[in-house]
Amino acid sequence: MAEHAEVRTAGPRLLGRAVIYALLILLAMYYLAPLFVMVSTSVKTLDEIRAGNLIALPAEITLSAWAKAWSSACTGVDCSGLRGNFWNSVSFVVPAVLISTLIGAFNGYVLTMWRFRGSDLLFTLLMIGCFIPFQVVLLPMAQTLGWLGIANSTTGLVFVHVVYGLAFTTLFFRNFYVSVPQEMTKAARIDGAGFFRIFWRIILPLSPPIITVTVIWQFTQIWNDFLFGVVFSSGERQPITVALNNLVNTSTGVKEYNVDMAAAIIAALPTLLVYVVAGKYFVRGLTAGSVKG
Amino acid sequence: MRSLKPAAGVAAFCLALGLGASSAVNAGEVEVLHWWTSGGEAKSVAELKKILEKRGHQWKDFAVAGGGGENAMTVLKSRVVSGQPPTAAQVKGPSIQEWGREGVLTNLDDVAKAGNWDGLLPGVVSNAMKYRGHYVAVPVNVHRVNWMWANPAVFKKAGAKIPTNWDEFAVAAEKIKKAGFIAVAHGGQPWQDATVFESVALGVGGADWYRKAFVDLDQMALNSSTMEKAFATLRTVQQYIDKDAANRDWNLATAMVINGKAAMQFMGDWAKGEFTAAGKVPGKDYICMPAPGTSGAFTFNIDSFIMFEQKAAAAKKAQRDLAAAIMEPQFQEVFNLNKGSIPARSGMDLAKFDSCAKDSSAEFQSSAKSNQLVPSWAHGMAMSAAAQGAMFDVVTQFMNSNMTPKDAAAKMASAARSR
Amino acid sequence: MSSAASPAFKRLGDVVEQALPKLVLGPTLLASLVFVYGFILWTGWLSFTESRMLPRYELAGLVQYISLFQNDRWWVALTNLAVFGSLFILVCLAVGLLMAVLLDQRIRAEGALRSIYLYPMALSFIVTGTAWKWILNPSLGLERLVQQMGFTDFTFDWLVNPDMSIYTVVIAGAWQSSGFVMALFLAGLRGIDESIIKAAQVDGASMPRIYLSIVIPSLRPVFLSAIIILAHIAIKSFDLVMALTGGGPGFSSDLPATFMYAFGFTRNQIGLGAASAMMMLFTVAAVVVPLMYSELRRQRHG
Repeated sequence: MAEHAEVRTAGPRLLGRAVIYALLILLAMYYLAPLFVMVSTSVKTLDEIRAGNLIALPAEITLSAWAKAWSSACTGVDCSGLRGNFWNSVSFVVPAVLISTLIGAFNGYVLTMWRFRGSDLLFTLLMIGCFIPFQVVLLPMAQTLGWLGIANSTTGLVFVHVVYGLAFTTLFFRNFYVSVPQEMTKAARIDGAGFFRIFWRIILPLSPPIITVTVIWQFTQIWNDFLFGVVFSSGERQPITVALNNLVNTSTGVKEYNVDMAAAIIAALPTLLVYVVAGKYFVRGLTAGSVKG
Repeated sequence: MRSLKPAAGVAAFCLALGLGASSAVNAGEVEVLHWWTSGGEAKSVAELKKILEKRGHQWKDFAVAGGGGENAMTVLKSRVVSGQPPTAAQVKGPSIQEWGREGVLTNLDDVAKAGNWDGLLPGVVSNAMKYRGHYVAVPVNVHRVNWMWANPAVFKKAGAKIPTNWDEFAVAAEKIKKAGFIAVAHGGQPWQDATVFESVALGVGGADWYRKAFVDLDQMALNSSTMEKAFATLRTVQQYIDKDAANRDWNLATAMVINGKAAMQFMGDWAKGEFTAAGKVPGKDYICMPAPGTSGAFTFNIDSFIMFEQKAAAAKKAQRDLAAAIMEPQFQEVFNLNKGSIPARSGMDLAKFDSCAKDSSAEFQSSAKSNQLVPSWAHGMAMSAAAQGAMFDVVTQFMNSNMTPKDAAAKMASAARSR
Repeated sequence: MSSAASPAFKRLGDVVEQALPKLVLGPTLLASLVFVYGFILWTGWLSFTESRMLPRYELAGLVQYISLFQNDRWWVALTNLAVFGSLFILVCLAVGLLMAVLLDQRIRAEGALRSIYLYPMALSFIVTGTAWKWILNPSLGLERLVQQMGFTDFTFDWLVNPDMSIYTVVIAGAWQSSGFVMALFLAGLRGIDESIIKAAQVDGASMPRIYLSIVIPSLRPVFLSAIIILAHIAIKSFDLVMALTGGGPGFSSDLPATFMYAFGFTRNQIGLGAASAMMMLFTVAAVVVPLMYSELRRQRHG
């Protein structure tokens, strides 16, 4: 959309570009400020932090807080840092993301290509469901998991995340498939292709962009979740957000802000990485149709 | 009918699994829910773990931090609802009674008898640990809440005297403010507001009125001129708090006293850990004194573990060993050295403790005799969580608006009726 | 697949094929029915009981709703939701759209800038809250920094001012979510047919005009998706408030979600917490259902 600019005179054009860049950089500073505070605090010594100026540059840089957060900080009686919890998180986030994405894809496929009477109403009901405040479901869910015999287990945690992630994954896939021409599947159906065949052969090959979006979204949501993690896991199986919370929350102990901040960045590294590496595909995936619905 | 067979097979398999699981538990596993997750506190709990492991039991740590245990309580409720309560959980004060009423706690009378708890624990402590006359909980420590932490250097520079009552406080605080220091270091969080107000109220109204108002929730005592006077004094204190106190963590407020920006802080004895960590020495770099007007009185905050009924015999055995271990001098000493509090059991050698802890211990005993030992309502020792929360709302609203002391007193009375 | 089979088998196959879509959707619907609507009913039931620490099922009438409506704090929370929700959504939309439009001008280092705007989504507020708390705190952060630069009259004390604290929640909330909105809009912009814009240019329309009258209106579906997602975030905002203001000063920045948690779990008033949750759900339904309905209608007819 930029070639048009060339027809204008050079003066205002340069000014316009300058304004655009100035605005972009100003916004970037607003977005980077908290990260800057976190990173600079994480490399300061505790004495320097105690001395007061929390948002100043560090006088000397030390990485000991990072080492401590990863391998020797106490999160309860266990003083082995966040290492273990990091892998705990991976162990339930991966299955939960995969399962909820797969089911969401099938749901979106049914809701667009195999519509039946009332399917729109069902979709609306499903969507309204995602507005339920999660605090409400804690106790009845605990009871249900108890009955199912999967309370305090990784299975239980995966189950909960899948159940409450379905509304969003379904939304993403449905809005994407809505823009896929019905003729494609209709022709396949006339040729005698069945439900799953059409999905594997026609729909799935079209889906990588939206799969990327859904996986990124679900991964971020589930990785960062604290409430379900804290309530439905226990002991050494706790996810990293819970360990992080244990680390940074001290009721009556000494607060090590540098370790807290280092731990926070460590806990966020996978999601940060996903956004930085896959950010391009995220926007591309959204462009490919998910927002047109 | 054929489907019955696999079903039976599955059932048998599950049964086998169940048996396998229960025999594995024979090692004796304790799962302890607590929110002591960081620094010195975590080391204190690790001590308990060591003691139990020495007895051949397995420690399954279940730490959930967050504020005063809000998250932990949420987790505990969902665990109990799901039918899998932990072995023990960090619960204190009247909440012990609330859990007792749910019928999920176990009777520890046999352990208590063997360990002579009735003889070792002061009356107020042992009563709090019992539900309908039976021990259901074990005390860990006694915190004193009505402390004032002062930086003598700041007082000296301002030419002020460390106050012993609220009139002297106003004089001293004015001098400190004029000298360019912050008189009172404070964090504007509801529990901190309530902590300060509790000390003010005790200093203004005395232990008998305090007990009537905050323990008996007597409407006459709550909506009284004494309560108004307490709020008026809180307003005075508030004038000497810097304007940026909102949502400041308590330890940052303590840091202000440590590095000489502020003169004093009203906070429980866990604040000592911050001074110690900064390498400060009591009596020299900082002074611990009872909050103005509360000398001789003692607001206590007792941490304890409630024990849940367990099914397996091995788990029961481990649970009883845990209860006994908590009461042993070895654990009580290490734990409280780390935490700034004093041991819950009496008759212990306090040689390793500092002067503040020794003062605390002496006043704990003398205040019990003079009937000035009162529970800290700001720390959940005096009333139901509902009433406490409603009172928090009143105090914190008073601190953040221009509510009159008269209105505040009336609101306290209606807050006490929350259930 | 079934074309070669016998007629009877084919009929059976047809029945299965017919039912298959519903079968596939079934588990999700069942889950939603039980774990969303069932739990809402359960909460509704509890809101008519005197449940305190743990659920109790004996009905007690409207006591919880009466005490909820008499509770000052509840009204503060509700007002805050209205203020926070509308401002949060507006700011995110405005900032997100602005960033998307700017980024769409063939910018150098677009990838880096996009990552910078997007990364807050990746961070959990448990700790970024602490960083924000420092930045917004007058004696530690921005105010002090600007004053040290020589502007001694500068004040920025919203965090500690009970009248303004809810706006700091908007600032931090917008920081976290506007990047995502930017991504949505950017995607929308990239999807617009360039020839329309070229045609408008040939007609002599200025760029701002083209954006206002052609580009932005064509982003309507993006606005709707973004509003639904933002409303969802606003209503559930919990970590944000807890980490930034703790609901304070006093309870001036309380939101219904924090109110419900405090009463339902911390204060052992599950009945009251359930009543507040029900009121929250009604509010959500009142806003979202018409929105969703109109969107679906538009899709069907447009």
